[in-house]
Formats: sequence, structure tokens, C-alpha cells
Amino acid sequence: MNLKPETLARIDEVITHYPEKRSGTLPLLHLIQEDLGYISDESLEWIATKLELEPINVYEVVTFYPMFRRKPIGKRHIKVCRTLSCALSGGYRTCAKFESEFNTRLGETSPDGEVTVEFVECLASCGTAPVVMVDEVLHENVTEAKAKEISDQIKAEAAQRG
Amino acid sequence: MSAPAETRIIFKHIDEEGYSNDIACYQKHGGYEILKKSVTQAPPDIRDEVKKSGLRGRGGAGFSCGLKWSFVDRKSGKPIYLVVNADESEPGTFKDRYIIHQDPHQLIEGTMISCFANDVKQAYIYIRGEFPEGARILEKAIQEARDAGFVGKNICGTDYSCDIFVHRGAGAYICGEETGLIESLEGKRANPRIKPPYFPAVLGLYQCPTIVNNVETLCHVKHIMDMGADEYLKIGTPNNTGTRIFCVSGHVKKPGYYEFPCGAVTLGTLLNDVCGGPLEGRTFKAVIPGGSSAKILRFGEKFTIKNKDGTTKEWTVEDIPMDFDSLAAAGTMGGSGGVIVMDDSVNMVDALANINAFYAHESCGQCTPCREGSLWMKKISTRMVHGEARPEDGELIKNVADQIAGRTICAFGEACSWPTQSFVAKFGDEFKTYATDKKAKPADSLELV
Repeated sequence: MNLKPETLARIDEVITHYPEKRSGTLPLLHLIQEDLGYISDESLEWIATKLELEPINVYEVVTFYPMFRRKPIGKRHIKVCRTLSCALSGGYRTCAKFESEFNTRLGETSPDGEVTVEFVECLASCGTAPVVMVDEVLHENVTEAKAKEISDQIKAEAAQRG
Repeated sequence: MSAPAETRIIFKHIDEEGYSNDIACYQKHGGYEILKKSVTQAPPDIRDEVKKSGLRGRGGAGFSCGLKWSFVDRKSGKPIYLVVNADESEPGTFKDRYIIHQDPHQLIEGTMISCFANDVKQAYIYIRGEFPEGARILEKAIQEARDAGFVGKNICGTDYSCDIFVHRGAGAYICGEETGLIESLEGKRANPRIKPPYFPAVLGLYQCPTIVNNVETLCHVKHIMDMGADEYLKIGTPNNTGTRIFCVSGHVKKPGYYEFPCGAVTLGTLLNDVCGGPLEGRTFKAVIPGGSSAKILRFGEKFTIKNKDGTTKEWTVEDIPMDFDSLAAAGTMGGSGGVIVMDDSVNMVDALANINAFYAHESCGQCTPCREGSLWMKKISTRMVHGEARPEDGELIKNVADQIAGRTICAFGEACSWPTQSFVAKFGDEFKTYATDKKAKPADSLELV
């Protein structure tokens, strides 16, 4: 596995935070997913060896928590909050706008591999609903018009990257 | 009527111009002085002060904080852990986000005082996976506090040492349940533990005595030590002391967070005067007062409340004081303080289907009634929304909910049943109309499922 040196250093450091190595499972999964984009079989086994666990112990964690992915996704990740407060403020229409802007469907990656659009359950910013997270950045009051602005920005950044 | 003024204690500096989340700013505003004072006192005295203050947990259950601390097994010889529950996942609730983002040192100071009071040597902040920025802010703040001698070795120059680490969740609601959180922190699926017999205070993290407190609760500890329990008791009402942060979302003109003494405002004042009332041309239809798992209230309904002297009084939804006991008397709960408002554009079958989709997604799957029942409720309510409603569906779905509540290891069984039970009880006619009259859904109704 080709992990960045800083990821490896962080992994060794984070394990020391806990009296039992197994507690490092979630932090290691986060760090490896941030580095490699998803959790492969190889990553699962690597974490198990590192934490002196069986691969099944890591696998059962990966399949329980919605944020861990077993497959790569688009370069950008658009997460639209689906839960009640956001839905009451038009979250479903916001989501539909992203789908049409990138010619993709919920849970799928756009044909150009640029974005994956997903519904997520509650982003805990209900007072500024509807909310959307693009990668790690939260956007508030995302009306259809604002969804269009965000989409245009993502497209411009993609074009710049070439 | 003009809106009543807030009493901001926890949110005093939130949104204040020029207030930043670094330690210099926090100390300029008197930060860590209460910790310095607290570490010179005897830990049992601090615990007594918190117990005397009547502080009730702000995470959802409203359990006495002092009582929770008093359950800790201090004779086992094992280390005692404190876990900050920053897994704010109850739909409608967003108070912790602002504390963590804008005033992280307030949380750290409250946590350190609580750690000292309970002889804790190691604390963890379990933060939602969806808050990556919040986790970074906390890690930076903890490092600043460590460098300044408020966290880590020899706190404030005393013999007392205690460290804090941030632990990120990964999108599972059930991690907000304290035993599910502990399992998750141990690196496992967040399946809640059976209690009794063993509560976390006796056998928690790594089978050691453990305290799990909400972010807002720990911030209150700092202010109790600042003003003293006697002064703190004067805020709020008996058995409902201190302030509460209400997170209002949905169909009001001014959604947001507001801090008032417990019971100082009624639901009507909060929604009409503080939050500006319903949207233009709309009227209020229903409100969920304490996060999406709290039972829904229907505008226009009346509640007969028993006074202590045996007499009764009548309340409308607008009359209910916003405190733990009054909301419980009205058949719902204060929960996490998340107030979700719905106006007359909302079809209640749609709203319930949205909530049921959430709880079906979030059931940990450990107990059969919850795993199967929450999914069954979702399937029925979604089918109704998608044009296949039958007149008996309301009763059917309530029947499923009745079979879940009280039959599961943790309170998630209740959390997923209460919406269905209360929606059908309060809006049963709408469930029937949905099946018989396909035009029942107003043309401008929002898509919620």
C-alpha cells in the first residue's frame, strides 16, 4: 500500500492515544480513506495487522459506518442533507439540481468522473437549511440558485485542473 | 409584542464580533480562570456543587448530571474515563456545532473541571464524523490548552494530570447513545450495551468507570463553578435549572439558536415573538419540540395539566413553557432542544415518511423489533407517499410502532416509535384522507421523501 509518509506518521501517533489498540480502528480508517479515497481489501488487512486484529473485525466496522466507502468515488463529493429540517426547506429540490447539473443520479458518479452526489442523514445545521457538504466544506441555505452557483464553481475548478 | 431578551450564558460570545476561537481571545475574556480556581478545591466539593445546581443533561434524556457523576465507581482501582458526547445527530439539533466551532475552549475548560472533579486522567471528545472542521478546531484548541498548561501534565501547576483526545465518528446516529458511543470508541460497531446491570459509571470504556456527558452539559459545569450553585439555581425553574439552547428550524421567519432560562419562554413566545412567526401567508400546523424523536404537537390541541395542589389547568401548544417537566406534562419531551416547525403546506404523511426513512437508516440492527420494525414503518409510509396508500395504513403503521417501543436494548426503539405513534394519534384523519382522496396533498406541498 502506498500511503503518504505523513499518513503513516499520523497513524503511529494516533494509536498512542488509546490504551487498547483496537480503538484505533475508526481513526485509521479515516486516515487511509483520506489518503487513498476509499477502503480496499488491502487496506482492511493492513489495518488489521497494524492493530493486531482479524480482518473481519475491521470489515464489520467498515460496513457499519456510512462514511466509509469500499469503492472510489468522483474527485468531488457532494453530500446533500436529506433529513426533515432540510427537506422542509427544499433539500430534495437542491439535490435534484446537483443531479441535473452534473448529469448524474443519487449515489452515482458523473460520467466525467468529477463528482459523486449523495443524500446524507442530518448534517446538524438545521437552522440554515438546506445544507450541503462539498468534500469537507459546509454550504448553508443552499437553494436551487445557490446549488447552481456551487456547481458552476466546481466545473470551473475542474476545467482549471484540466 | 416584542421578543423577550435572551439570557446567553453558554452562547455569550457566539457570533460576537471580534471573538475568535483561539486561546488568547478566550483568556482575554476570562478563560481558564474558573479551571485555575477549581483545581484548588477538593474534587468532592465540586461534585456536590454540580449536584446542588440541579443541572440536567442537555443531550436528550435530561438526567441529573450530579446524580450521574455520583454513580461512578471510585473504589474499583481502575482508571475513570470521561467522554464528551459531541455526536450531535438528532435531526433538528445544531447547538454543539456552534460551541465547537466558535468557542471550543469553553468546552475544554468545562471538560477539564469535570475531569478534575471526578479524578479522570484521560478524556475523549467523540465528535461526529460529519464535523471534520470541528475536529480540527478542537485539536488545535486542545494543543493550545496543552501548551498553556490547562490540559496534559501538571494542570495549572498542580500534581493533577489529564489529557484529552479527539475521536471522530463516521456517520452513525446511534453513536450518540452513550453505550453505543463507548463501543464505537473501542473500535467496534456501535451496538448499544444492555443496561442494567452495568451502567457506564461502573463498567464503561475498556470496562472501566466512565462518564459520558453532552457538550452543552459540560459547558454548564464551568458556569456553575463560576457563579456557584446557589446563583445557578436562581436561573430557570425548580428541577429545570439553568439556561437551555433552543435550535429552531423549519417553517419560521427567523430559524436559529436562542438561549433562555429553562421555562422562561413558552412555545408560543419562542415561535411567534422570538422566531418571527410563520412564513408569509402561512399558519403553524405542527411542532416537534425536542428533536425529531420527540412526540409531535398539533396546533389547536389542548392539554389538561395537573397542578401540584391537585387542581387542573388547560394549555394550548402556545402556552407550554419550554422546560423539561412542562413538555413532558404535555406528552412530549424537551429532548435535545431541537424545535422543528411545520406550517400548513406540509402533509403529515410525507413528514412522517421522511422521519421514518431516517430512523430505518440509523437503526444499529442489534434488536429485531427495531431493525425490522423501523424498516417496516419506512416501507409503509414510503409506499403511502408513492401513491399506494390504503385507509388502514395509519393503524397498521402505529401497530408496528407499538411493537417496538419498550422491547429494545436502548432508547432508539422509543426514538423511532414515538414519531409514528404521535403522528397517527394527532393526524389520523390525514392518514385516512391520503388513501381515499389523492388530491389531499396540496399542490404546493414540499417534496419530503
